[in-house]
Amino acid sequence: MKKLLTGNEAIARGAWEAGLHVAAAYPGTPSTEILENMSQYKDVYSEWSTNEKVALEVAAGASIAGARALAAMKHVGLNVAADPLFTLAYTGVNGGLVIVTADDPGLFSSQNEQDNRYYASHAKIAMLEPSDSQECLDYVKEAFSISEEFDTPVLFRVTTRICHSKTLVETGEKKEVAVRPYAKDSSKYVMAPASAKKRKFILDARIKRMKEFSETTPLNRVEKGKNSEIGIVTSGISYHHAKEIFGDDVSYLRLGFTWPLPEKKIRDFAASVKTLYVIEENEPYLEDFIKMIGVDCIGRDKLPWIDELTPETVQRSLCPESAAPQGYSVDVEVPPRPPVLCAGCTHRGFFYEVGKYKDVVVTGDIGCYTLGMVPPLSVTDTVICMGASVSGGVGFQKAVEKAKRNEKVFAAIGDSTFFHSGITGLIDAVVNKSPIVVNILDNRITAMTGHQENPGTGMTLMGEKTHQVDLKALCIACGVKEENIRLIDPYMLDETKEAIKTGYEANEPFVIITTAPCALIKDVIKARANMKCKVDQDKCVKCKLCMRSGCPALNFRGGSVYIDRASCNGCTICLQICPKQAISREDA
Amino acid sequence: MTNDTKSILLVGVGGQGTILASKILSEGLARKGYDVKMSEIHGMSQRGGSVTTHVRYGTKVASPVVPEGGADVLVAFEKIEAVRWLQYLKPGGSLVVNNFEIYSLPVLTGAAKYPGDVIEKLKAEVPNIKVFCASEIAEELGNVKAQNIVLLGALVKAMGLENLDWKSVLKELVPAQLYELNEKAFEVGLAQ
Repeated sequence: MKKLLTGNEAIARGAWEAGLHVAAAYPGTPSTEILENMSQYKDVYSEWSTNEKVALEVAAGASIAGARALAAMKHVGLNVAADPLFTLAYTGVNGGLVIVTADDPGLFSSQNEQDNRYYASHAKIAMLEPSDSQECLDYVKEAFSISEEFDTPVLFRVTTRICHSKTLVETGEKKEVAVRPYAKDSSKYVMAPASAKKRKFILDARIKRMKEFSETTPLNRVEKGKNSEIGIVTSGISYHHAKEIFGDDVSYLRLGFTWPLPEKKIRDFAASVKTLYVIEENEPYLEDFIKMIGVDCIGRDKLPWIDELTPETVQRSLCPESAAPQGYSVDVEVPPRPPVLCAGCTHRGFFYEVGKYKDVVVTGDIGCYTLGMVPPLSVTDTVICMGASVSGGVGFQKAVEKAKRNEKVFAAIGDSTFFHSGITGLIDAVVNKSPIVVNILDNRITAMTGHQENPGTGMTLMGEKTHQVDLKALCIACGVKEENIRLIDPYMLDETKEAIKTGYEANEPFVIITTAPCALIKDVIKARANMKCKVDQDKCVKCKLCMRSGCPALNFRGGSVYIDRASCNGCTICLQICPKQAISREDA
Repeated sequence: MTNDTKSILLVGVGGQGTILASKILSEGLARKGYDVKMSEIHGMSQRGGSVTTHVRYGTKVASPVVPEGGADVLVAFEKIEAVRWLQYLKPGGSLVVNNFEIYSLPVLTGAAKYPGDVIEKLKAEVPNIKVFCASEIAEELGNVKAQNIVLLGALVKAMGLENLDWKSVLKELVPAQLYELNEKAFEVGLAQ
């Protein structure tokens, strides 16, 4: 019987069926569940890597040793892993190597909307694009065969709607594949200039063979419609949106193998129809190629390149005359519902206290603490990418020094993100004498993506106990003086305040490590289940100072402040803020 | 293409159980032999944001995304979310609203207002509307968390899908110790 699987579940299942040996990833929405699911297959070695570059290198090393290997990451993660990616195109593989990139059109949980299909054409590696969960399972198996047949890494490109949609899947059996033998071959695996130059000719020959494959593979197929008026070239989820609007009457060229693209197949298809549409999400990746080979088509001049593609954008753009019936609307002003730091979040106290300094600039980072930007905290000044809080903070501080201004830089970065790419920035700050304050908001887990283990957690993805990297010792090893490091409990505002003040006044690189487990960790929820704060209405003077903490458990109704018992976890930040001692712990 | 695809949109706030309700719904439909696609956006839902789940079923479903003006049923687990997503309801479609308020941070801090007469305005605009407090019903049954299953029951009725074997799906997808409660919640939802 068919099963309802998400794209991520199907990728994990398909890779396992293909005899996968080694899988590595750094968590990132919408890709995270691929490795979470993989870890259920105990015959595959799965790991959370320190970052995406590490993940791809782990997978690449396994491939060279002869294993079938997979690395998974979100789109921006591939930027981090781009360094090995480009050279792996030269070395090729031994065991099949598949790299999953999960793009996020619509930026549901990302800092940009980059279209990673260009990585395939830039690095010159084969690319597959499934359009639903069945294709995720089938194509990932194909990807391993293609990788081994053509001696190339394969980019497996999915998007949020594919990763997080459940569709029906016929699963198969696991194929046992032996780890291939390894034979030392420096001309293939040591990419020094002389050998790399020779490998580029081999890459060139491989591209020619892959082009021939692209013309003949059923991964690129025509679905003939009844009339020959309209033809649609499409790939990925866009195929289903197009089908929703145009149905079975028109013809489709469904592209599943999208680098290199099949020039002749596209020409023949274009010649068979009167009008050629290219329906794709975000960048005109297919369209640019089609126009480059001199084939006329309609695409980006009608379809938007911003935001997720939906059936209605296809309809409004290409057939406005048959636009969908209008839905209902009522005249009500809908209040926004932005994501916020949770009730009892361990990051709140830091942002509340540092926000009191008007000449502090907070360089932020990627994770829950990005939400330090949300009102009423409104603390964070910048968020660019993983690690940029620290290194960007160094640059900011150097510019401030040049301008003889007096802003003090506080970098705010989570534990997992610090391990991912904050360490190099900290070394930079130390060596280049940048007196910034690096705040490692250590909640012992990778929280935003749904609680994955990181080097500070003490557990592996496979559920084994392991070493916990000591953040303080690490900072000392990077050269931060021990007297310039504070380890604090972020639920204690006085400690937090004192550490921030000392850091503010320091003339040397300073580190504050706030350690407390994320409030959403199951054991934490259990332990704090009966810890609640309450407001004594007789003592409360309605100054609403407590509400400046931005805690969603606090609310102001009918002129009074209340605490929602269901969401409060007794963190006592509001209690410590209250100048009138009007808030107390119920259990105290 | 015989386009008999039906579309359901479930909207709510992180933690309300919309995704589990959608899973039970999709699983039941798949077992009945329908082609089913379910798509969820939950990016930062655990941090108090909105959650939307699209469920589509029929002989052969194309896009997993419910188009604007295309939902046969819109189920709002929170009443202001009904307004936020109202343009997705098909003319003549059914609207199921949990008469329950969850204030977002801008409302809690007083930066934005939670509108007062939402239900009246919805009733005036949408002919096919069912409003009740699933949260209260679930609380009376013993656990407010079962509100999602109460709403699932009401949704099943609105779609005329009562004949499917929902109980066996429920049994598999909810924790064993909560089955009885959820079974009752489903029954009460069906009766709404």
